[in-house]
Amino acid sequence: MRAKTCIGVYIALILLLLASWFSHSLHLGIGNVVLNLGVAATKAALIALFFMHLLKETNTVRIFSLIGVAWLAILFSLSLSDYLTRDKPDVFYAPAASQPSVMTNIR
Amino acid sequence: MSDGSLPVQFVAREQQREVISLGMWIFLGTELMMFGAVFAAYTVYRIWFHELWPGASAQLDLKLGTLNTAILLTSSLCMALADLSVERRARLRTLALLLATALLGAVFLGIKFYEYSKEFHHQLVPLAWLDFHYVGLGPDPAQMFFNFYFVMTGMHAVHLTAGVLLVLFQAVYVWRWRKPEMMERRLKVTGLYWHFVDIIWVFLYPMLYLL
Repeated sequence: MRAKTCIGVYIALILLLLASWFSHSLHLGIGNVVLNLGVAATKAALIALFFMHLLKETNTVRIFSLIGVAWLAILFSLSLSDYLTRDKPDVFYAPAASQPSVMTNIR
Repeated sequence: MSDGSLPVQFVAREQQREVISLGMWIFLGTELMMFGAVFAAYTVYRIWFHELWPGASAQLDLKLGTLNTAILLTSSLCMALADLSVERRARLRTLALLLATALLGAVFLGIKFYEYSKEFHHQLVPLAWLDFHYVGLGPDPAQMFFNFYFVMTGMHAVHLTAGVLLVLFQAVYVWRWRKPEMMERRLKVTGLYWHFVDIIWVFLYPMLYLL
């Protein structure tokens, strides 16, 4: 891998960072989540493929590098499907007593 | 082994390199398991309290977070270039790049602790003996947010400190320049660890600051 490739990947990473930073001021609802996590995943893939040499490694190493990600997928899918299909815990939504507020006890 | 020959358990250099990579990736897998568990818990709470979460997240300094991300990405570039330089046997360039990596890591930690001190002054640190004073709706979810914030960034900061020390350790070896081939393998492994810590922050930044 040549130095130019490294620097090219770096410029791509910085551009992605700036894109996600500026997208913070746009209010896209769930689109913000999709965009930001998508950008993070792309950055992680760029770092892993180029800086961590995954493109040049043997298939064995690549499989092992994906095992952690596969485990995360299992963790997230099972945990979220468990917790998000239950009732939320009761928490106190209203502001602290010393703060004046129009809305109280929002549920 | 001190004469640079292949250790007895390997049949070829390529096998040795593959084994070294594999071992490091397995370790990184265990680190991912540790961070992943906290990330999953954070996600659950984020989805449960999605109306109030952005209010708590807005208390963090987005500019400093973005700056920190840029610093860590630059340090990853320096580490990758140090990897290349040692392959080309450029001693001083490798040394300079390793020191730049460590310095950028230290700058990141400095900014992070400055952020922590700001949060301490705004009374947003949810430790048992400190007052947690959140101005806004939903102080309980906000306290949860700050719990997660300090645990996640704290764990990351510990890993980054270990990384900085590791890089400085390798810089001493590069300074001595005794066995270039072994140096290549060492820097590759150090690089893998450093880039992993960077990847963790690349996910922490949007999760904590942007969403």
